[in-house]
Amino acid sequence: MKYKLNTEIAISLLLARWRQTLIAAIGVTFSITMFIALLGFMTGLNTLLDGLILNRTPHIRLYNEIEQNPFQPIANARGYDKAYHFISSVKAANIREEIYNSEAIIKTIVEDKRVRGTSPKLHSPAFFNQGNVRIAGVIDGINPQVENKLFNFYEYVSGGSGSDLNIIPNSIILGRPLAEQLLVDIGDIVYVTTTAAEIFPLKLIGFYQSGIRDLDKVQAYTSIATAQKISGRPANYVTDIQVKLHDINDAPAVAKEYKRLFGLQAIDIQTANSEFETGSSIRTLISFVVGITLLIVAGFGIYNILNMLIYEKMDSIAILKATGFSGTDVKRIFLMIALSIGIFGGTIGLIFGYLLSLIIDTIPFNFPSLPSITTYPVNYNPMYYLIGILFSLVTTYMSGLFPAVKASKVDPVIIIRGK
Amino acid sequence: MSDIVLEARHISKTFHEQLNVPVLNDISFTVNRGEFVALMGKSGCGKSTLLYVLSTMDTDYEGTLLVEGEVMTGKPGSRLAEVRNEKVGFVFQFHYLLNEFSVLKNVMLPGLKLNRHTNKEIETDALKWLNVLGIENLSNKKPNLLSGGEKQRVAIARALINNPLIIMGDEPTGNLDKKNSKLVFDIFKDLSVKFHQTLFIVTHDPEFAARTSRMIEMEDGKIIRQ
Repeated sequence: MKYKLNTEIAISLLLARWRQTLIAAIGVTFSITMFIALLGFMTGLNTLLDGLILNRTPHIRLYNEIEQNPFQPIANARGYDKAYHFISSVKAANIREEIYNSEAIIKTIVEDKRVRGTSPKLHSPAFFNQGNVRIAGVIDGINPQVENKLFNFYEYVSGGSGSDLNIIPNSIILGRPLAEQLLVDIGDIVYVTTTAAEIFPLKLIGFYQSGIRDLDKVQAYTSIATAQKISGRPANYVTDIQVKLHDINDAPAVAKEYKRLFGLQAIDIQTANSEFETGSSIRTLISFVVGITLLIVAGFGIYNILNMLIYEKMDSIAILKATGFSGTDVKRIFLMIALSIGIFGGTIGLIFGYLLSLIIDTIPFNFPSLPSITTYPVNYNPMYYLIGILFSLVTTYMSGLFPAVKASKVDPVIIIRGK
Repeated sequence: MSDIVLEARHISKTFHEQLNVPVLNDISFTVNRGEFVALMGKSGCGKSTLLYVLSTMDTDYEGTLLVEGEVMTGKPGSRLAEVRNEKVGFVFQFHYLLNEFSVLKNVMLPGLKLNRHTNKEIETDALKWLNVLGIENLSNKKPNLLSGGEKQRVAIARALINNPLIIMGDEPTGNLDKKNSKLVFDIFKDLSVKFHQTLFIVTHDPEFAARTSRMIEMEDGKIIRQ
């Protein structure tokens, strides 16, 4: 009842200056609209760009590093055990690229609750023959189904289906620039020379396009069985184990643990792509700053209009106080005016922001390296809508607070006697 | 219940801008229930200042003010606002009606604020007072369409809505022509006689003052006759 009366007075004061109020609300609407559209667009683009690397990069990669044994025979020689050993040209010996006992390792990793999935890979260098010319490249033997589940493999394959790798025997997928270089098309046979100098004919069933041209120029994929066959390895031979976690932030810790546990090299995504996160977080930060600046400007508009309203309604405030409205009541009335501008303008802004996002979402956008993207990416994360409406309320509250406090301090005696 | 509705004890006030010039100088008096008091004095003698001190709106004074036996001096602003709402009705020289609301709503506002009766009851009450003052037909109009005399009558109705302990007036007829002045005075007289309403009116019009039941005269911040 008490609030109802204050509300009623606030509404009638609002309506008394509805044009100014509307302009103030439009200011808020505009800034929230831009805030939502900007953030949605920017983070959509960010996610796309980050995805270029992050989606396909394993959170942890386990492999065998070719390295010298840190424990050299000289250390066994008595009399020199407290000395510092200078040995030049130490060679790595008895080291293979293969991950020993890979099946047991994979089994252990899969049982780890932090792990979303794991996918083995056979990484082997190869030459692609074009007539007499040999082009150096890399063939990765993968399990396409698992690879797709963890790293969206199929999205980057055009001209054919990535899943065919397992179905069609002796098939291969080439990076598109590599295929162009080799002058081959879908269905053609690609001749591959392995490091053991054997030549294998493989059938091209699709193009791979990662968006990073230099990578695509050397990249080829086949099924893990085919890769094992052409490199003359047994069926459990893998060189890499890729791990994807539920939470990417766990990667460094888990990598460290696996390194110790399995005696392998383990590299986490943060170490491998440290510069990447910085760029994306700064882009998000800039979008936030622009959006918030817009809102603050709108806040000044509200401040102005409320100040004007108070000067205009000085008499009304005085008589309200004379007839028993306390300073708190008057403050509440003006805060209510400010907040209703915020709620009204903010809600409309959310709707317009959503509509603008929908429009942006339909604008054609041909990302040459990502065949699956045809329009601008937009992020519809409800979090931004929540932040938008919260921030519009906070700004309008803050911009209403000073005028409201001023109104609550109006001395009715001065106003009434001043006439 | 005591019959004293308003009591001033040794009230003094000095304007800070003009040092050592007392506007009110040791003023003490009481107003009893049902009295129709006129506070007389020349311009600048401090009578309006006294009224605003008595109204609880001006809190910058020395001495003690009691409304119906309750000490007002030093009370927080919110309590003073409650007291004004419940016990004091105001009629100013200017009407101070809210142009955003209808006449009826203007009259109802203090009642709604008091929140002791339902909306319906307050509306009935407001219409009753508008009827008594002969302006019932204006109830749905906006105040800015009314004449000066009509506005002042609406203001009186607003002052009456909470059945106040006392009605205070600051030159309520000062801005009206002869005819309307007489009308407003007759209303006050009626309220005093028929409804035994306590009234405390500041005026500089001797004619007005002469027809009230009690006259207090001020000069240079002091009461010279009561």
